[in-house]
Amino acid sequence: MHLTQEEVRHVAELAKLRLTEAEVRQYAAQLSAILDYAERIQEVDTSSVPPTPYVLGLENVMRDDEPQPGLDNEAALSNAPDSANGFFRVRAVFEE
Amino acid sequence: MLAATTKSDTRYELVVGMEVHVQLLTRSKMFCRCATDYAGAPPNTRVCPVCLGMPGTLPVINRDAVEATVKTGLALGCEIAETAVFARKNYTYPDLPKGYQISQFELPLCIHGRVDVDLPDGSTSPIRVRRVHLEEDTGRSVHEGGYSYVDLNRAGVPLMEIVTEADIHSAEQAYAFLTGLRSVLRYLGVSSGDMEKGAMRCEPNISVRTPEQKARGEYGAKVEVKNLNSFRAVRSAIEYEMRRQIDVLQSGGAVEQVNMGWDEERQRTVLQRTKESSDDYRYFPEPDLPPLALSRAWVDEIRAELPELPGAKRARYIRDWGLRPTEADALTGESLVACFFEGAVAAYGEEDGKPQRMANWITGELFRLIYADGEGQDLRQIADVRIAPAQLAALLALIDDKTINPNTGKKVLDIMYATGDDPQDIVAREGLAMVSDTSVIDEAVASILAANPAELARYRGGETKLFGFFMGQVMRATQGKADPNAARQRLQELLDEA
Repeated sequence: MHLTQEEVRHVAELAKLRLTEAEVRQYAAQLSAILDYAERIQEVDTSSVPPTPYVLGLENVMRDDEPQPGLDNEAALSNAPDSANGFFRVRAVFEE
Repeated sequence: MLAATTKSDTRYELVVGMEVHVQLLTRSKMFCRCATDYAGAPPNTRVCPVCLGMPGTLPVINRDAVEATVKTGLALGCEIAETAVFARKNYTYPDLPKGYQISQFELPLCIHGRVDVDLPDGSTSPIRVRRVHLEEDTGRSVHEGGYSYVDLNRAGVPLMEIVTEADIHSAEQAYAFLTGLRSVLRYLGVSSGDMEKGAMRCEPNISVRTPEQKARGEYGAKVEVKNLNSFRAVRSAIEYEMRRQIDVLQSGGAVEQVNMGWDEERQRTVLQRTKESSDDYRYFPEPDLPPLALSRAWVDEIRAELPELPGAKRARYIRDWGLRPTEADALTGESLVACFFEGAVAAYGEEDGKPQRMANWITGELFRLIYADGEGQDLRQIADVRIAPAQLAALLALIDDKTINPNTGKKVLDIMYATGDDPQDIVAREGLAMVSDTSVIDEAVASILAANPAELARYRGGETKLFGFFMGQVMRATQGKADPNAARQRLQELLDEA
């Protein structure tokens, strides 16, 4: 498998990373090598095994619809870098 | 103005698919036990480590939300999946604390449904439902002065998404589909369906195409419209977008595939600021939630809980009770109205056209009082009116046995609406019983004829349309209590006596 520089830029954008052109080239090569390594698992014959994302064999783990108190406002905001008037405060999402 | 130009343009076919998000009426959130009563609550007071997206927490599925979704799927004629899986939809936004929304992708709970939409012109169009799936709502943000303020009370509230195929070909069909859908949601009790409160959000995908494109199985570029907070706005937005896209194509341009918002004040769509530079959600199965296995026994249990739905009720009213379609429609839109009507018919009787008479009184007089009551046009208020169904039945019985005349009946209904008193008590207290006594009526007629000699002469000279004038005077002289048939008969006799 070979990851293109275009794909690296796309993934970086989704991950909110700003990469230099040198980094894009470097990571394209490194990530390709990692993917190539992982691709070796494709050699295993899985034609008789149905695909599943789950390995625990659990299903229907559910609860009743009963509310219970959570955190108070102060506790909820205590890890936040910034807050105001009970809200989490972040840089404006839209340019004004 | 664009919207003012002709509505239909036979050179183009309108093609609309609808995505509807519905908040479910559970008491706790989708994946944690936080309460869902966030309306009016201070910000970030219905939150816990799970819905705040803190590391090391695990979601657990709310069984009632799953059952509500299956119930909705069954009501919309869907197949219920044997296995359903939750999936992560990844994107970055401050009101999405985990950096992903737990939704469903490849294996939704319900697929392949169909709703038959009845239009005002009497036609019916089938609209296929592609899927109904379950996900979680996001938080809310307010943007102000270079900051965004985030409240996560709503984050994690169960949200059901209903997606139709692109089977809608007019704004009227879209309107009828949504009204019918909301009605079903309320019958099922799974959602309030209140658009203005954000409990129901509709996003139409709108495009137009030429007959040639249609023949080739192609579609035009579609525009998704958001921020619609009433059914009327959905209808207006579809009409506006159709005109706009046709005008773009007519002037040689191309429709761009974009998201638009609806500007209610200016009644037009506007290009929406985009949240993400890329719609690449990288869906994958949610590893924290084991799959759902929907046994046929469980699905049958849920099916057994389905109430009689509006379409079936409407058909039954017409078939069994001989109702006209207009009243049958008006009475079945809201389950609370249908419930009131059925209670009233049970007390009043099903014979001799009584259900239709009851239907007329409810859709005419009672609706008029509810609409005039200042609480808006919401017929669900019928559950709170002071008149019990049996009291309305008693009022109609008083009219049937000629204790009062129909006009007096309206007056009594007004008093019942204000006080909740029994109609018999009101009639006795206010002395409203109908006067059928011919001597009283004769006396009233004689005095009216004596007091209006000029009109009497004109009437006898052939101006017979003055009959209505005399009739009005007689009714007024008896404070509206005269038996109108007896009064009409005596008046006719005395007028023609000459």
